[in-house]
Amino acid sequence: MNRYNRHIILSEIGQTGQEKLLNAKVLVVGAGGLGCPVLQYLAAAGIGTLGIIDFDVVETSNLQRQVLFGTSCLGQNKAEAAKKRLEDLNDEISIIAYPEKLTYQNAIDLFKQFDIIVDGSDNFETRYLVNDACIITNKPLVFAAIYKFEGQVSVFNYENGPSYRCLFPNSPKKDAVPNCSEMGVLGVLPGIVGSMQANEVLKIILGIGNVLSGKLLCYNALNSQTFILRINKSETEIAKVLKEQSDFHKKQLIENCDFITSEISIKDISTFENMQFIDVRELHELPKIESIHITSIPLSELENSINKIDTEKQKVVFCQSGIRSKQAVSILNKANIKNCYSLKEGVEQIIDAYEVLKTSQN
Amino acid sequence: MKITVKYFGMIAETTQCEEEIIDFSGNFISDFLKILHSKYPELKNKGFQVAQNQELVSLETGVTGGEIALLPPFAGG
Repeated sequence: MNRYNRHIILSEIGQTGQEKLLNAKVLVVGAGGLGCPVLQYLAAAGIGTLGIIDFDVVETSNLQRQVLFGTSCLGQNKAEAAKKRLEDLNDEISIIAYPEKLTYQNAIDLFKQFDIIVDGSDNFETRYLVNDACIITNKPLVFAAIYKFEGQVSVFNYENGPSYRCLFPNSPKKDAVPNCSEMGVLGVLPGIVGSMQANEVLKIILGIGNVLSGKLLCYNALNSQTFILRINKSETEIAKVLKEQSDFHKKQLIENCDFITSEISIKDISTFENMQFIDVRELHELPKIESIHITSIPLSELENSINKIDTEKQKVVFCQSGIRSKQAVSILNKANIKNCYSLKEGVEQIIDAYEVLKTSQN
Repeated sequence: MKITVKYFGMIAETTQCEEEIIDFSGNFISDFLKILHSKYPELKNKGFQVAQNQELVSLETGVTGGEIALLPPFAGG
């Protein structure tokens, strides 16, 4: 126990406290800007079982803030690369890497295996998924989120306290908030905010201090100001989640990266040459397109049909009305396929535009 | 009454300031937001919660004076 000597000699922790840490099981969702400092301090503190779930791989642009990774990790899965680094930091604990995406299908079974869930994800969809799964499995959620120079920290669902939905009931309107990891961020900010999350985890396990439950702490790195806001529990919001829990595993994550989704209007399409038109409607949907050469890939099959995408040509993705095509472009962008545009209008307008263009050429 | 308004995250980018004082004579938070919406039309498209004197409030809450803060959700990690 020499490793933990500086903990044990604190009267607030002692041998008993350190044993509590060693018996604790903490799951960290996302090994990114926030996840890295959280994991680093929790592993060093001797949390007995640390779970890490992340489907993403380490990229050069991550190294500015994701301090568990080095250049030798580029291209590796983040959960696995983090596990490797953390095992070197502390070989006396058990670290489990889940190199996969957190989904409505795997969240409940996964959360049940841990005592505390830490949210270090980078999009609203996952944040609401994590929150709702914590309500259903009754696990405390140590939350943090960052934006440029500012961070928000709170502990939700702790000892019957409020949840994230009691603060922000619904996922923001599309386009209202940029929600992709491509946002600029001061490198040290997730370090500070993630360390606050690690601190909350330790306080919960040790039962010391005041847990940041029922409060949202806002931190601004530029003026070093903190602002604490009181949040009341909304029984209605929590009841809604519990009421829908039987359908939880049927829900699907929608990739939501609207602010980088490029849209194109039919008016801006002046040629049908050298372009790939991708129809993401389901195969049975009408009207069918016969006159124009198109590639038909229903949205549900897109992720597994990336090989049908022409990497050379400009791509215009369309559906019935321009909603699914936006999701499709997000999926393609995630798969590193460039030059994809979502058609603002829909299939009918494509057919009309093609007819007009053909007539004018004849 | 004079209200100190605090803006966070992307809301502060819209208002181009983090804090300002606004003279207000209405009753409810919804009235107060109307003033902000006319001053900053772009706010209508932004999602945020309102806190009065560091407590989350709804549109129907009465304005009591002091400080009102506009907090947007952040997604980044």
